[in-house]
Amino acid sequence: MLKVTLRNLLARKVRLVLSGLAIVIGVAFVAGSFIFTDTLRATFDGIVKGTTADVQVCPKGACSFDSVADTRTIPASVVRQLGRLPGAAAAHGNDQVQGVYVIGPDGKVVGGGGAPGLAFSFTPTKAITGNRILTLAAGRLPHGVHQIALDQQTVDKSGYRIGDTVHLQTPGTPPMMTARLTGIVTFGEGNSLAGATLTMWDRPAIQQLFFHGRDVFTEVGLTTKPGVSQVELRDQARRVLPTGVTARAGDAVAAQNQKEIGKILGFLNTFLLVFAAIALVVGIFLIINTFSILVAQRSRELALLRAMGASRRQVNRSVLLEALAVGFIGSTIGLGAGYLLAIALKGLFGLIGLDVSGTTMPVHVRTVVVSYVVGILVTLVAAYLPARRASRVAPVEAMRDDVTLGESGMGRRLVVGGVLIALGIAAIVAGWIGSGSGGLTGIGLGALAVLVGVSLLSPVVGRPVVAVLGALYRSLYGTVGQLATANSLRNPRRTAATASALMIGLTLVSTMAIFGQSTKASTEQAIRQTVTAPLIVSSKTQSPFSPAIAASIRSLPGVKTVAELRIASGKVDGNDATIGAADVGQLARTLNVRMAVGALSAAATHTILVDAGTAKANHLRVGERVPLRLQGGTQTVVVAGTFATNSMPMPYLVSLQTLQAGGLKPMDAYLFVSKAPKADIDTVTAEIQKTVADLPTISLQTQQQFIDAQSKQIDQFLYMIYGLLALAIVIAILGIVNTLALSIIERTREIGLLRAVGLSRAQLRRMVRLESVVIAVLGAVLGVAMGIVFGSAMVRALADQGLNVLSIPWIQLVVFVVAAAVIGVLAAVLPARRAAKLDVLQAIATE
Amino acid sequence: MSNISAAVTADRLPAEGRRVAARAADLRKTYGRGDTVVAALDGVSIEFAAGRFTAVMGASGSGKSTLMHCMAALDKPTSGEVYLGDVELSTLGDKELTRIRRDKVGFVFQAFNLVPTLTAQENIELPLSLAGRKPDPDWFDTVVDVTGLRDRLSHRPSELSGGQQQRVACARALLSQPDVVFADEPTGNLDSTSGAEVLSFLRDTVDSHGQTVVMVTHDPVAAAYTDRVVFLADGLVVDELHQPSAELVLEQLKRLTAAAGGSAAATGTMATGSEAGA
Ligand SMILES: Nc1ncnc2c1ncn2[C@@H]1O[C@H](COP(=O)(O)OP(=O)(O)O)[C@@H](O)[C@H]1O
Ligand SMILES: [Mg+2]
Repeated sequence: MLKVTLRNLLARKVRLVLSGLAIVIGVAFVAGSFIFTDTLRATFDGIVKGTTADVQVCPKGACSFDSVADTRTIPASVVRQLGRLPGAAAAHGNDQVQGVYVIGPDGKVVGGGGAPGLAFSFTPTKAITGNRILTLAAGRLPHGVHQIALDQQTVDKSGYRIGDTVHLQTPGTPPMMTARLTGIVTFGEGNSLAGATLTMWDRPAIQQLFFHGRDVFTEVGLTTKPGVSQVELRDQARRVLPTGVTARAGDAVAAQNQKEIGKILGFLNTFLLVFAAIALVVGIFLIINTFSILVAQRSRELALLRAMGASRRQVNRSVLLEALAVGFIGSTIGLGAGYLLAIALKGLFGLIGLDVSGTTMPVHVRTVVVSYVVGILVTLVAAYLPARRASRVAPVEAMRDDVTLGESGMGRRLVVGGVLIALGIAAIVAGWIGSGSGGLTGIGLGALAVLVGVSLLSPVVGRPVVAVLGALYRSLYGTVGQLATANSLRNPRRTAATASALMIGLTLVSTMAIFGQSTKASTEQAIRQTVTAPLIVSSKTQSPFSPAIAASIRSLPGVKTVAELRIASGKVDGNDATIGAADVGQLARTLNVRMAVGALSAAATHTILVDAGTAKANHLRVGERVPLRLQGGTQTVVVAGTFATNSMPMPYLVSLQTLQAGGLKPMDAYLFVSKAPKADIDTVTAEIQKTVADLPTISLQTQQQFIDAQSKQIDQFLYMIYGLLALAIVIAILGIVNTLALSIIERTREIGLLRAVGLSRAQLRRMVRLESVVIAVLGAVLGVAMGIVFGSAMVRALADQGLNVLSIPWIQLVVFVVAAAVIGVLAAVLPARRAAKLDVLQAIATE
Repeated sequence: MSNISAAVTADRLPAEGRRVAARAADLRKTYGRGDTVVAALDGVSIEFAAGRFTAVMGASGSGKSTLMHCMAALDKPTSGEVYLGDVELSTLGDKELTRIRRDKVGFVFQAFNLVPTLTAQENIELPLSLAGRKPDPDWFDTVVDVTGLRDRLSHRPSELSGGQQQRVACARALLSQPDVVFADEPTGNLDSTSGAEVLSFLRDTVDSHGQTVVMVTHDPVAAAYTDRVVFLADGLVVDELHQPSAELVLEQLKRLTAAAGGSAAATGTMATGSEAGA
């Protein structure tokens, strides 16, 4: 039997290559996701381990993985005290500043602005790896405010050389400054910094620039004496530390940071794997089709084997063995392709600032195992049904003229599909009414059920679509159109399975299109309703900027109000929260914050305002006292009022003082600028533009520009999703090619006959093309229809979270269907050419 | 012996000065290369007079199908010329050949003549509808009535008997009023009653409508429906008979078989012949 299997594998090359390709793409996606996230993990592990001292001393909460700039510091006296500890070989104070960007000779932020810009005082501290955190690689150490050292990658990327004058943007006053590059340092284990840039001053200089000249440190690194453990030294340190400052063992810090990074990478991996799963599901349709047809074509041979004494199990196994081989080969190639995909992802993420080019890409055993298991399992599962059908071929059928593995009962399919759709719709409706995250889960599960149900029922559900197309074809293309329609109806299940593959892709694409469009519309509406200021200053890098910028704009003639909005993450009443902070007096003059309960002015010391929807979801009542936790500590605040949903960009609002009391350094996220009534808007804009012109990370936008920028960001996100879904669509296209090629082989004799009675080559090609378009359009119409339902439900469910405008991009959806038709035409090119090449007489003679 | 030879000589001439519907001149068709080369047609020159019913007979492998295919523009001969009316086929490209298949010839195969997704009527109209034309309603009615398919028009091939299917195929071949209808063993798969239906129908179209029909058959009884029988052997025309009767044809076949030394193939043909004749 093995020999038969192998012989068959070789004989059906093309077919198997196509379904193998589906596995290759799916597995490549899986392997690529793992390899890429492992690469990121290796990079961050290197950074974490290479930068953590044996014992780390910091103000509580200030040195966590997600900490932002903190106002709290450690005095130099503490460092001296720590250096005298019996277990300490060394104690070095370090000053770290966030938001220091290196501006390249081209005037642009080095590294693209997506990754953090960090500044350090140069420190000889050793990391837990035993190596120094920073090593001078070239030149000499900087001295004084006007000299800096940079890390090797930043130097490479920017093109600066030692001796050059470097432009910097800092959170200090003034924000822009220059310094001469005196040296180049390598960092940690010498590997990638994930795109971050490092700027080094000497200790007095950084203290003068960013710490008002005080001899204080943001953290202290201790090195253990030989024979002293990290924990012992930590405990010694804790005994002498002032309150509010804590010591942690380096290994524990590294483990904690790795865990936090792992969580984020886990999300990223899951996100990518979701698309891998989609691609694989679509691939299953292709494989089921392929094996069904292979089995059907071979049924006579299988019957002959049965007649010669092969058992059902042997027949079944011979088919599954074939699947196993396809799965194995597909997974192997997929693994290789996954490596290439990971390289591509690396490049893509490099573009948005996450540069991990220095790291080698690890292929863990886990990646290999998962790739093979997934690839082979998916192939076997998909081949199981056809294999079972094959084993049911009766030996007597070997003697028959034409063996047909009839498309057995639609009955059970109808029932299962119908029930799934009914349940799915119920879940969607429940989710629609319910809203919130529970509603979203309901809609998600409902959508899945409907999707599977419609796939099962698509031979029936698709009928009206095919009928409409059929009528259209008939009137446009006459008999050729009629033949094409009839052909697509011949194996309704095969057509439907092929179309379903495309349907899945288009359902998701349309859902995302509606989601994206609604997000854009909701954002635009929110901005238009809320923002009354004509000008908005924000950061291109998504990281906050120096308050000096607000101060300098405030001093310009014609400017009336500059309201700064700061953003911090923390916990309110135990729930993770994004918290905005502003001077409400100024905010009221630039934003129209619609209040549900209470007044905006209530946001003062020890109070908090909450978005009405969030308050409801988290059961916060006005007047209630809740703990507000920021990185510098917890304070108790009173819920002083609620504002209408979507009237603020974040769900909580506190005063600037409250934020600062939380230990956070004052850094602005947005500035809303209004002008004096008599001032000319263009003049004011030009004045502000002049002030921010030499700040490459800062952008000044009118309201419309701000809205457009938001839309652009949403579009970029959408394009990324479309890009990831594209692979599933590619598989679906392969499926169409496959189905067409097969139906041509099956109908060789009929094609010969048609040619014999006068079907021209062009007409034959058109016939194949039209059949292909039927399949593609069927998939697209079903997909878009479901996308409209799912997308609308999803937007409805998220209405409380600010998605209160449902906007359906009709034109775009029509474009999807038209594009699907074009895809159909393209998918038909090769099969049609093959059909047209058939020799009339040989075709007729074919059995 | 001599009377047959005389008949052969006389009838090589175009009969009664009728118009020639189709003609082959020194037609050769070889398959394979080098040692394995097979000459399916080895220099056939033949004319088919308009408005007559001709049978082509010969042992299996003698080149009958090849001749039909070459003459019906389904295959290209290796050398020689085929004329349909005045048109010579060898210089034509695929487009022109397709048009000829639609308009100038009708072809009936032994089996698998119909497109399963189309009804009988749609199958009959297929060559015309592919050309984007409507059939002449009177002629359509005539064809349908002669073939007796009136109450079967909306049936699909799977709902028709073998004889009915072949009649649909004949109706299709006739509807475009082609210069010649070629039929390759049209009754080969049919029982004698269904076979007779098809044959008398073909005979009728020749008599009442002046249609030219060329038919390959193994069956002396079928051959007896025709006006003239042409015998092929090893890719050559070796003999012919006019106004044949089943007995004459059978006798002639025996003679040819004997001349060929009683090859297995010829014996096979004989057996088929006598079975069908019985
Ligand atoms: N496509 C082909 N390839 C090779 N040889 C062929 C082909 N078609 C026919 N032949 C050979 O040509 C000869 C004549 O075939 P054919 O015309 O089909 O005979 P008939 O119809 O009289 O039985 C036979 O020897 C046959 O084997
Ligand atoms: Mg033949």
